[in-house]
Amino acid sequence: MVNLLALVPTILATAEGEEGHAVELVSGGVFADWAGIMLVLPFLAFAGIIFYGTRMKHLGAELAIGAMAVNLAWASVLFVSNMVEGIFHEFSVEIADIGVVGDHNLVFELGFIVDGLSIMMYWLVAFVSLLVFIYAVGYMHGDVRVTWFFASLSLFAGSMLVLVGAPNMVQLIIGWEGVGLASYLLIGHYWEEKENSAAAIKAFLTNKVADVGLVIGVIVLGITLGGFRFSTLNQAAADHAEGLAGVAVAAGFLLFIGAMGKSAQFPFHIWLPDAMAGPTPVSALMHAATMVTAGIYLMARTFPLYQNLAMDARDWMIPIGVITLFAMGLLALVADDIKKVLAYSTVSQLGYMMTAVAAGGYTAGLFHLFTHAFFKALLFLAAGSVIHAVHSNNMSDMGGLKKDMPYTYWTFVIGSLSLAGVIPLAGFWSKDEILATLNHEGYVAFMWVAVLGAFVTAFYMTRAVGLTFHGSYKGDGRPHESPKIMYVPLVALAVPSVVAGVFNIPGVSLGPIGNFTDWVGARVVAMGDHHPEAIEWNLAAYGLIAAIAGIALGWLLYGRDAETQQARDSFELPGLYPLLRHKYYIDDLVLAGLVNPIKGPIARATDWINTYVIDTIVNAVGFLTAAVGRLVYGGLDQRGIDAGFNALAGSAGEAGRALRLLQTGKVQQYAGAFVIGAVLLVAGFVIFT
Amino acid sequence: MILNQFLVLASLLFALGVYGLLARRNAVAVLLSVELMLAAVNINLVAFEATLRSTFATGQIFSIFVITVAAAEVGIGLGIVLMIFRNRTSGNVDELDLMKW
Repeated sequence: MVNLLALVPTILATAEGEEGHAVELVSGGVFADWAGIMLVLPFLAFAGIIFYGTRMKHLGAELAIGAMAVNLAWASVLFVSNMVEGIFHEFSVEIADIGVVGDHNLVFELGFIVDGLSIMMYWLVAFVSLLVFIYAVGYMHGDVRVTWFFASLSLFAGSMLVLVGAPNMVQLIIGWEGVGLASYLLIGHYWEEKENSAAAIKAFLTNKVADVGLVIGVIVLGITLGGFRFSTLNQAAADHAEGLAGVAVAAGFLLFIGAMGKSAQFPFHIWLPDAMAGPTPVSALMHAATMVTAGIYLMARTFPLYQNLAMDARDWMIPIGVITLFAMGLLALVADDIKKVLAYSTVSQLGYMMTAVAAGGYTAGLFHLFTHAFFKALLFLAAGSVIHAVHSNNMSDMGGLKKDMPYTYWTFVIGSLSLAGVIPLAGFWSKDEILATLNHEGYVAFMWVAVLGAFVTAFYMTRAVGLTFHGSYKGDGRPHESPKIMYVPLVALAVPSVVAGVFNIPGVSLGPIGNFTDWVGARVVAMGDHHPEAIEWNLAAYGLIAAIAGIALGWLLYGRDAETQQARDSFELPGLYPLLRHKYYIDDLVLAGLVNPIKGPIARATDWINTYVIDTIVNAVGFLTAAVGRLVYGGLDQRGIDAGFNALAGSAGEAGRALRLLQTGKVQQYAGAFVIGAVLLVAGFVIFT
Repeated sequence: MILNQFLVLASLLFALGVYGLLARRNAVAVLLSVELMLAAVNINLVAFEATLRSTFATGQIFSIFVITVAAAEVGIGLGIVLMIFRNRTSGNVDELDLMKW
């Protein structure tokens, strides 16, 4: 097998575009050379906050925000440069030698990759994180453990940057696990309540189960290719390398299992709604730019593998994505907790992205990720603003907030419309592209499910808007608009939620900056996905009609007069309602079928081992230590060392007692001694000379 | 030889001083004995100078130094003895044990 590493150009590369013309990629200059700084800064901020945060005015938020602001500026430069000319720059430094496996010497490398995909992610993570951090200063004001909260947020964003900047799969796993750890810390931020820490554990463990797939997949690919670099993998996939072809489907599916965990695909979605236990800024960050996008990112990063070799894995991936997008959307219909509505909505939208990427829509999936990040962060932050005012997560405690919270209301409506896919907001264009991809690739049935999903999306978002902002207020006290530091980020997110769609209207290129397709297409290996040349108005009409129908129905049921709203909200379809209310019984199934049968015996076995094995060892060690101590004290110290010192001191005393008798005090005796001495000296002098 | 006679005289005088220093109990007598020893040394110095004739009359000058130092020493010594007489009503050296441990 040829050395695949040699095939990979490191600095300057050209790639075959879809139409066959070469896409020139430039190295990107100093900002690309030093892009690794973006990966390091949040960790420096993390350390700074840990050590100095409590002494600062805003308890360390300054450092987190500062680091992210630098990152955003840096990423923006790259982002704009990449619009004009595609950038590719890869940097790796060898950290350790793993050893020889088969014909290859595997090495562990760290570094960063700067290309269209990672630049988009760098920018998105920095942009959303910065706004969320600023918002969190207001939201977390006076809360518990604020310093630790911002330290964890920095860790979270930093891990995500390490993940998206990874030039090889091992570094990706490091970032992947870092994200998992930080999410665990943040979900369990209010750990005083049992269910919050349980939610954190659930998120962590569910991810861990899925991570097994990722790790095995990476090992398989690493051994097959002789290296962990994505460039190696993608080039080999594009060349239909023989060794890779044999394992591609299995490895692709294993990677997909990992992605299912992070991106909350059915049936690994169970952790995401529970992850709402964390503070709302965490939810916004987790659902928009970091964490859940990691799985989609992985699928996009390894896209050539699925496009060229692992086609069979797609037969599983697409149905899972479609189940996720539809079934999880339905769950949002019955949730009372506003954050859970948004959480199920995220799962559903992740289903869209996964379906799109799996169906061959590299750009479509990423574009939906891009637009979704804006409006989902916006919706979560707006929901946080409402929760901040009402002091409850439940929509049954809200209602009629439209007048009291104008900024929150209008930004929430913009986010909802964008999510529902109303023309010309961002969500419409990205969802339309997914429909177009499914249609073009021949998955027409799935396309219709996606259209139905759009209807459900529009419906539950209208329900959320109606229950939260219209009708009559049902909570305690009088709600008020949030402080400026909280609604300014909302407005800042509302702008791209409206306009981000123009960057990828099919067939429209924005002069010198091209469009989103070109931006994320700036990669060494051509993606070879389909781009519609013009808007397919019939598909757009399906999506739009579904959205408008959903909004209309939602408005009819939940939007109108206050008196009947409550009665309508308690309207329950027999059969379907209990099913949805219990989340299809999946959680119960997992608990009864998987967790409890394992938990009991493991607990008992651990207890037995603890009592009989570990305790015995500990006791033996303790006994041994005490015996050695006694020996050393009694034998060595008391009888050996101490005796020696006592003898020395005693002999010195005896000598002193004997010698002091010479000091009689009689002057004449001294004089006699002088004389004798002098005589002896003189005698000696006379004799020896 | 005239030098030998001076040396014999000096050694006799020195021996007498040593005897007095060691044997007499009275502190004043002990001091006198020390003066005798110093006088013996002076005789030696002057005798050698008279015989050898150095350029700068070293022996004689040195003896004058000795006499000066001896005078100072006797001044201090007698002062000490006087104080001891006053405080202890006895000038006997063997009864003094102030320097004992």
